[in-house]
Amino acid sequence: MSMRLRLWVLAAGVLGTATLFVLACAELPGFGGTWHPYGDRAVHAALARHTANTIASVNFDQRALDTLGEESILFGSVLGTLVLLRQTRDERRLPPEPARVAPPVRRYALIALPVTLLIGLYVVAHGQLSPGGGFQGGVVVATSLHLLYIAIDYRALERIRPVGLYEVADAAGEAGYLLIGAAALLTGAAFLTNFLPYGTFNTLSSGGTVPLLNAAIGVEVAAGIVVLLARFLDQAVEIVSGRDEAEDET
Amino acid sequence: MSVLPYLCAGWLFLIGCYGLATSRNLIHAVGCLAVCQSATYVLLLAVGYRHGGTAPVFSDIAPGSRPVVDPVVQALTLTDIVIGATVTALLLSLVIQIAKRHRTVDPDELSELRG
Repeated sequence: MSMRLRLWVLAAGVLGTATLFVLACAELPGFGGTWHPYGDRAVHAALARHTANTIASVNFDQRALDTLGEESILFGSVLGTLVLLRQTRDERRLPPEPARVAPPVRRYALIALPVTLLIGLYVVAHGQLSPGGGFQGGVVVATSLHLLYIAIDYRALERIRPVGLYEVADAAGEAGYLLIGAAALLTGAAFLTNFLPYGTFNTLSSGGTVPLLNAAIGVEVAAGIVVLLARFLDQAVEIVSGRDEAEDET
Repeated sequence: MSVLPYLCAGWLFLIGCYGLATSRNLIHAVGCLAVCQSATYVLLLAVGYRHGGTAPVFSDIAPGSRPVVDPVVQALTLTDIVIGATVTALLLSLVIQIAKRHRTVDPDELSELRG
């Protein structure tokens, strides 16, 4: 399709969608209104289950089955990236070179590393109380490890990052979520029911299964991001194509 | 004007579609898809907003003392962001493989089949 024809088709589609969207917006409840039936019920249910962070309660208690689906998408895309970015037969692996790092960068990255790691673990552990949780904290934990790559070099990162172990941790996080869900079946409740005692409101142990599910998600997200970045960094730093030499030989 | 945030979400989605359709670089196309996706975040958060509302977290405010925004759409947005990031990673790894096999990232040049 030529560029001109493509733009005409696009213009027709965009105009049609825009017209329908504007008409739909006119019928939506006004922005900032007071009518939020689902929100009010979710807040009520979260308070009844002693979970201070309503969003964590929605994600890991009231709609825990949906989060299982979303977590599986995450797991599936990490798996897909692993398969796509493997070392193929015509590629070689070069050992990474030691790199020179400016002293201020090294200093600040090494100071920031333990602080970032601690903040990540804090965000995961306090998911049921304050903004945060397994998804956000997991990303922060994974980021903290990569400060080592910025501070020293790729070889230092590889030493503290056995990718095989993180792949197992990724699967263990996914399995942990399923097992906590299945444990509810043993008590006679439905799958992923919040079956533990709700605890005292606004303490670390409140929320029943919410902190446990948060931890499982935290492990999975942290391990998943580490594995993802490891594959991309391998492509950028270590793996070189052997095809150019093969073409020269033939 | 009480529909402006909704219209902003629609505009983000359409501008992302325009970028996707006219893209000459697959990495740019993946970025455009992320713009389309962020339109859904804006729409969801706009639907859940309440005037004068604060975050629906009751660790430091007494329940019922202040109006809070809708937590359901916030939960949807939160999981969507993480999923979006990993799906973007999957798409970028596809782009890396395409660049290796075909030596180009221009979608218009990818018309031929290669075994």
